[in-house]
Amino acid sequence: MSVIYILLAISIAVAVGFFIAFVLAVRSGQYDDSYTPSVRMLFEDELVKEKNNKSVLTKKD
Amino acid sequence: MDATSSGILYDDKSFCCNGCQTVYEIFSSNDLTCYYDLQQAPGTTPKDIEGKYNFLDNQKIIEQLLEFNDDDMQIVTLYIPHVHCSSCIWILENLNKLNPAVSTSMVNFGKKTVRVSYNPEHLSLKDLVIVLSSIGYEPYISLEDYSVGKKHVDRSLIYKLGVAGFAFGNVMFLSFPEYFQVEEFWLEQYKHLFRWLMFSYSIPVVVYAAQDYFISAYKGLRSKILNIDVPIALGIIVLFVRSSVEIILNMGSGFFDSLTGLVFFLLLGKFFQQKTYSFLSFERDYKSYFPIGITRVTQDNKEESIQVYDIEKGNRLLIRNEELIPVDCILIKGKARIDYSFVTGESKAVTKHSGDKLFAGGKQLEGSIEVEVLKSVEQSYLTQLWSNDVFKKDKALSFTNITNRISKSFTISILLIAFVATSFWLVTDSSKALNVFTSVLIIACPCAIALAAPFTFGNILRILGKKKFYLKNASVIEKLAKINTIIFDKTGTITANKETAINYEGLQLSKDEETLLKSTLRGSNHPLSRSLYSILKSNDIISLDYFEEHLGQGIEAKHRNANIKVGSAPFVGHAIDTATLNTSVHISTNNSYKGKFTFFNKYRAGLSKLFNTLKKEYDLVILSGDNAGEKDNLTKLLPTKTKLLFNQKPEDKLEYIKFHQTEGARVLMIGDGLNDAGALAQSDVGIAISENVNVFSPACDAILDASKFNHLHKYISISKSAIKIIKWSFVLSFVYNVIGLYFAVTGQLSPVVAAILMPLSSISIVAFTTVTTNLLARKLK
Repeated sequence: MSVIYILLAISIAVAVGFFIAFVLAVRSGQYDDSYTPSVRMLFEDELVKEKNNKSVLTKKD
Repeated sequence: MDATSSGILYDDKSFCCNGCQTVYEIFSSNDLTCYYDLQQAPGTTPKDIEGKYNFLDNQKIIEQLLEFNDDDMQIVTLYIPHVHCSSCIWILENLNKLNPAVSTSMVNFGKKTVRVSYNPEHLSLKDLVIVLSSIGYEPYISLEDYSVGKKHVDRSLIYKLGVAGFAFGNVMFLSFPEYFQVEEFWLEQYKHLFRWLMFSYSIPVVVYAAQDYFISAYKGLRSKILNIDVPIALGIIVLFVRSSVEIILNMGSGFFDSLTGLVFFLLLGKFFQQKTYSFLSFERDYKSYFPIGITRVTQDNKEESIQVYDIEKGNRLLIRNEELIPVDCILIKGKARIDYSFVTGESKAVTKHSGDKLFAGGKQLEGSIEVEVLKSVEQSYLTQLWSNDVFKKDKALSFTNITNRISKSFTISILLIAFVATSFWLVTDSSKALNVFTSVLIIACPCAIALAAPFTFGNILRILGKKKFYLKNASVIEKLAKINTIIFDKTGTITANKETAINYEGLQLSKDEETLLKSTLRGSNHPLSRSLYSILKSNDIISLDYFEEHLGQGIEAKHRNANIKVGSAPFVGHAIDTATLNTSVHISTNNSYKGKFTFFNKYRAGLSKLFNTLKKEYDLVILSGDNAGEKDNLTKLLPTKTKLLFNQKPEDKLEYIKFHQTEGARVLMIGDGLNDAGALAQSDVGIAISENVNVFSPACDAILDASKFNHLHKYISISKSAIKIIKWSFVLSFVYNVIGLYFAVTGQLSPVVAAILMPLSSISIVAFTTVTTNLLARKLK
């Protein structure tokens, strides 16, 4: 048994793994809206920063 | 968006929308520290929403709107046309701070929707909608939402692209060793394994990723059309069969690399062209204009909300101010002033008295009325309009695009070359004949030709989209390049809806009176008050001691001892109103008549210039549903050649276009309302013009932002240049084909030559079209 078989098996396994990840990502709807997450990401930062300042307030309501 | 144009002022700053203002208010009032007190954010829209959402009490309607419904959880996706900046996302995604019953809310900016999960025990759908409206994000719920149910998202192209890209990468990787033809022991030993692996990678590509090409080619052949997919499908089959035969008989490594690459590039082109504007709808019919629910008055005089489709003949309905009449009916109670501009294009509202017949599609302007239903929704006049055959015909089917036109002669000549070359080799060296035959079909596979149009059009679509001209699909560009007649609607198309020219006649108003007038108008929601309010300069706003709006008549207000009346001539106590076709608002202070503001239609900026540029190349026509009151004005403004036709009903417009099309005219129709819908569908290219692209536009091929109306000529000439670019790309790809054919005909085509030539031709076509279209875009500025 040559090492090439192992290498090929690994390379195919990795490739197929990525392919499955891709299919799952499309299926979950990640590619449906490509704009909003880019904006939302920036809000999250602000929120975390302010939560650190006054964490008590989150329980206000 | 230009923040200064929206007119939302707060704290001496102008904002692009109420959302931004709210965010600013929250931040400034709390020194950026506490944004949790969102509940204190005041409702900034002066919109009258009371009773408007009563239909959301109806369980049957709610169930149709909800995505998920459980005892302690409901999920709904609402379309909010006002979403347009990042503050909007922020506010809407923090809805749970506003109302604890909301658990999550998620915005899709592209589609302008928000998906809200909430607890129905603490918050009903109606309350949710009212909360959204109060912060300036009024959801738009129409009859369209009722029938669609859960929308299915088609993601198959992305999957196919993924499969092809995956196979392409792996096959390239596996075929590399053999490109260099190293005759060594190691490669000899393993090349079979490599080849069979490539074979198995390309099976899903041929069977799944490329299936659209086979289907399209089959459909084309069946209707006796040689479309571009015929040579592509032929090329793919030949590539696959020959490669499989080669590896089975151990003759060579096959062309799996070219095969997968070809399919990958083709799908990439398709994906690129498939630019869609998810926030726009090009397929709207009356359903998106109609309300979903309406108030029915029961026999014991109770009001109940029912679904529009449940309206039966003989029912009594209550139509509130600013509501749309969904069915043909007879007026029973109240004074009706109906705006039929949706249906007829006639901008002047008509007054009706009890006993008069009202048609579906009219909008009640003043106060509430009660009506008795004559026909159900499906049988009403407006709905009948939609049963016209024009709306059923698919425009794309009757049109041969530029690629398919060229592919006919292309396919025939390729087959000819293949047969001539094969017969030549049959005579000289018959062992090479089959090789040459397949080589010609492989190398001639019109990848570059098939890519030229998608990439050019895809890029042009993007460029025009940035310039606020949104096209439905790529074929619209081609059709636009070919038109020779342009037909305009009048009201709302060449005149601006929002902008009206206002003239004041009468006694000069004093400064105090002006302030009083402005403060009075501020409280009124009437369209005329809003436009008048926006042109008055006075800045001080005083608080009024007394304010009353008399629907259909005018407003009355008092401040200290000054009183003011604004409204119709009889209301202010001015007996004689000289009859004009124009609308006026009269003013009186302290019971003495002051004067009147007259509203004129204002034509869009650059109208004259646009018509003068267009007249050189096109026949220009104006088809108006309005009366001929503006005829003199228009003849002065427009080139003499322009045809002017007034009092055209929707059917007349449609027939006019149909008639001229049979005489060889290729018509571009530009309209705005539902009344133009038939004409827009009948014309070769129908452009809907819109002051706010997110709100209303009838079914059409393209939507043009009203502010860009005077650029129309440039947009048409861009599409003409696009066709030129595609023709040049065809020339370029023919050059590649000739080079490839040289190898093929002489029987020297090796996998490595094919693997270089195919991607090279594709990539250079993509580069060529991208660079040239971007140069075009620069010219547009």
